[in-house]
Amino acid sequence: MSVLDLQAMGLRAINTTLQSAAGSGDSFTIANPRGSHAVAVGLDGPLNVTVQGSTGYYCAGMNKEAEITVEGSAGPGLAENMMSGTVTVTGDASQYAGATGRGGLLNIRGNASSRCGISMKGIDIVVHGNIGHMSAFMAQKGNLVVLGDAGDALGDSLYEARIFVRGKVASLGADCVEKEMRPEHLEILADLLSRAGADAAPGEFRRYGSARNLYNFNIDHADQY
Amino acid sequence: MCGIVGLFLKNDALHPRLGDMLGDMLVTMTDRGPDSAGIAIYGPAGEGTKITVQSDTPGAAFDGLAEALSAELGAAVTMTRADTHAVLHMPEAVAAAAIAALEARGLRVMGTGRSMEIFKEVGLPADVLERFGIRAMGGTHGIGHTRMATESAVTTLGAHPFSTADDQCLVHNGSLSNHNQMRRRLAKKGVMTRTENDTEVGAAYISSRIAEGATLGEALEGTLKDLDGFFTFVTGTRDGFGVVRDPIACKPAVMAETPDYVAFASEYRAFADLPGIEAARVWEPEPATVYFWER
Repeated sequence: MSVLDLQAMGLRAINTTLQSAAGSGDSFTIANPRGSHAVAVGLDGPLNVTVQGSTGYYCAGMNKEAEITVEGSAGPGLAENMMSGTVTVTGDASQYAGATGRGGLLNIRGNASSRCGISMKGIDIVVHGNIGHMSAFMAQKGNLVVLGDAGDALGDSLYEARIFVRGKVASLGADCVEKEMRPEHLEILADLLSRAGADAAPGEFRRYGSARNLYNFNIDHADQY
Repeated sequence: MCGIVGLFLKNDALHPRLGDMLGDMLVTMTDRGPDSAGIAIYGPAGEGTKITVQSDTPGAAFDGLAEALSAELGAAVTMTRADTHAVLHMPEAVAAAAIAALEARGLRVMGTGRSMEIFKEVGLPADVLERFGIRAMGGTHGIGHTRMATESAVTTLGAHPFSTADDQCLVHNGSLSNHNQMRRRLAKKGVMTRTENDTEVGAAYISSRIAEGATLGEALEGTLKDLDGFFTFVTGTRDGFGVVRDPIACKPAVMAETPDYVAFASEYRAFADLPGIEAARVWEPEPATVYFWER
């Protein structure tokens, strides 16, 4: 276990050290993040990173295979475009967490604010608290699991991502509808809850998905554009 | 972008450190906006009125000003100078005449009130803090801003905070799109603004609502209906400060609370040096939701 002090080393040296070690499976602790931007980004191999404190914009972006834990809260753009691996935040995440993510697990133990999982493309996101408005906007693939409540316009213009919410949904976005929870969905949900260490029963959730009415341009709607 | 900060001290023992703590928070936000910076500091409300004025030629403008005003107004006027700014202290009864006399001399009135002083200039937060000696200033609460200009020129008058009524001021991250229309609506009611800046219109809207009898909470609630655009607002009053974000809430905001203080900032970085931040409750204010703290 190596301890890297972000204030002593500077952000670029920290990220270079981590990126060079990616693939080694080593463990690193980042001390004194003090809300810095772009901490532990672009890691493209197995590696364990624990950040001791809160981070700012764009933490853990483009992560591939690394396991990153933030012991605190994360600013906007957490784990953007994640490819694989696991990113865990013990506190809250700000807006557009997990945006455009293609794979891996983003585990937010607190709340996530607006636009969580916007345009997600295969990532699994588990939020133990609530999520804000416009979450999963244009989400294409993957799973968004919310143990708390969801804000307005959930899943607006949704493609094939699955959304599971245990609490209340303030409102559904255009073309997002509640769908039947079938055994295969309960199975997916049980696996995600277990991997995220979430204490919740799959049967307590409702599933939301695309009504698929916006997939194709409808000539009858031409005058609406 | 723009960076905004606010600090409301619940623990009286911290009052002497307000300028230092708020100054540190603002300096951390420097890279969100390098154009101009400003701080409003609220001390305990005393007797009389304080008027903060600015001049680009402070030597000529401020030398002998207190004595001249005292003679002109027939009341005792004292003055504290800080670089391009001066804070004049006088009996409340002569404040309106004093403002007219100061403006007739070509001085710019930054703010008025019983407890508020405003210091703002073009330049980086660290330089602005240094020029006005803000770190040495005590107080109960304050708000600050570092600007990346969008809606009006980079000038002293275009810097935040904007004050449009006694002891009220506003800092803003974002841009308002209906500010010209709102400026005209306010002008019809006799509420005048001094600049082309969008934020000043937001400040004038809030103070005109309060003047009409609205509470701070109701006035901030009104911004959600009547102002169009992007905003995270932090507004200072004699008793405290309030926060509101537009419903889309793309401008960042984070808050922290401990038994000693409530802090607001554009980013968590600004909190890193606050005492006890490790154990603070830290959260992101909800969109379209009004928060305020008053003593």
